[in-house]
Amino acid sequence: MATRQTQFLARALLTPAVGLLFIWMIVPLALTIYFSTLHYSLLDPGSESFVGLENFRYFLTDPAFLASLQNTLLLVGSVLALTILLGIPLALLMDQPVIGRNFVRLMVIAPFFVMPTVSALVWKNLLMHPVSGLFAWLASLFGLTPIDWFNDVPLFAVILIVTWQWLPFATLILLTALQSLDEEQKEAAEMDGASAISTFIYITLPHLARPITVVILIETIFLLTVFAEIFVTTGGGPGLQTTNIAFLIYSQALIQFDVGSASAGGLVAVVIANIVAFFLVRIVGRNLEA
Amino acid sequence: MARMATRQRVVVSTIGAWFFGFLIFFPILWMVLASFKTELEAFAIPPSFLFFHWTTENYATVQERSDYLLHAMNSIIIAGGSTLIALLIAIPAAWSMAFSPTKRTKDVLLWMLSTKMMPPVGVLVPIYLIYKTFGLLDSRIGLVFILCLGNLPIVIWMLFTYFKEIPRDILEAARMDGATIGRELVYVLTPMAIPGLASTLLLNLILAWNEAFWTLNLSTSNAAPLTTFIASYSSPEGLFWAKLSAASTLAIAPILVLGWFSQKQLVRGLTFGAVK
Repeated sequence: MATRQTQFLARALLTPAVGLLFIWMIVPLALTIYFSTLHYSLLDPGSESFVGLENFRYFLTDPAFLASLQNTLLLVGSVLALTILLGIPLALLMDQPVIGRNFVRLMVIAPFFVMPTVSALVWKNLLMHPVSGLFAWLASLFGLTPIDWFNDVPLFAVILIVTWQWLPFATLILLTALQSLDEEQKEAAEMDGASAISTFIYITLPHLARPITVVILIETIFLLTVFAEIFVTTGGGPGLQTTNIAFLIYSQALIQFDVGSASAGGLVAVVIANIVAFFLVRIVGRNLEA
Repeated sequence: MARMATRQRVVVSTIGAWFFGFLIFFPILWMVLASFKTELEAFAIPPSFLFFHWTTENYATVQERSDYLLHAMNSIIIAGGSTLIALLIAIPAAWSMAFSPTKRTKDVLLWMLSTKMMPPVGVLVPIYLIYKTFGLLDSRIGLVFILCLGNLPIVIWMLFTYFKEIPRDILEAARMDGATIGRELVYVLTPMAIPGLASTLLLNLILAWNEAFWTLNLSTSNAAPLTTFIASYSSPEGLFWAKLSAASTLAIAPILVLGWFSQKQLVRGLTFGAVK
């Protein structure tokens, strides 16, 4: 009796959340699918007409799409590689007996809490400005020609900013994982005469395999849709050099007002994200049972 | 001998960790310093690190010229409102899944997680058009609503993993003593759930405060939170580094403090409990 009542209550409590998320997921997505089959421009209202898959053909064969896909992959891949390759040694270092470790931790985690528009503008102006930026001054100290970051290597400049934002996340997760590593196991290895390097390769690295996977998957989800950093620094340029898929869709929707084509692009973005999500959900799901 | 080696190791790793920690923190420090410089000094080459004419006039100017307080208030309302509403919806849901799980609970949880994977840009067009139709563009309520939905999956997940850790024996004991579900919720569960609730609240405040896709696309002036306000400094005519730095420092200071308090929960919340 009580159980049936409890079950009913449990379902009643769950319903609002499930309902809202369901609507949130289905309605906009259905509209995106619907718009993607229309010729629909906000500049030319009333001229909507069904065009089938024409928008997809247009979006996928647009040279801007290939360029932005390439930029997206470069951005995601580079930031992933940098945050993990820098995050592992940094986490290892912070796992050592360090005096004032908590304070160091605060300094390392800080960039993660800075809003994207602030980090992007501070880097672009105060650090990367070709004449008055700190990097230009440092370069001139060493007799080097300052780099005009956002003209010469714009995508790399964006990659650096985004790496700075996400390095704390990778480091913190790897550090948390390192701290749960069994000290005795490492000590035993050391007593058996294992070198620091082989301890790292055979004990530490396998232990980090799962947190590294988690970092890769979660960062990928966020990095696929990097937007504000590009919006306030380059506006996708020069040319298409820093336009990623998210920015391309934004500019088609809210600059060119081409609803149909932007919707088709949106669906392409959803498909790409879903491929990643598929793996993440499986990994988290496996963890749920453990 | 061994002791020597250990002390040496402490010195080396301490110096290394402080060096790299400082390097990572430096851009923030540099920005805070620039906010106390005059515009000329902020732009000067060679830059002055500490020996400049310290001034707080940038902070005053930022408020005078651009109504900083309005945008700060927008940020508080949007981040706070969306977090509170998300909690109100998520608490019952997470409670229900943690304490009366069914065969489908795991699937429901994973499905909720998967809604978070949908890239916002995939639904930008319909959301923009819906907001335009209903006059929700550049409105606080519109942003509260969308950030609430965007963070709801994370809120439910975090609460679920915390609720899961509340020992069930206590519940059974309370039930044996004849506690109704309502009393059980108020007197037994709530006190034990408060730490988890607090960290969920904190993490989601941070996420909502820094959210910069929907806020940039759906707000322009009246409802613009600090993310959008700071973005307005990107136009070439409006480049005042000291003022940009002052506005930025104010925008990140409160959340940096909250963030430092919640860093332990951050790992757990952002990995959906996969790393603790």
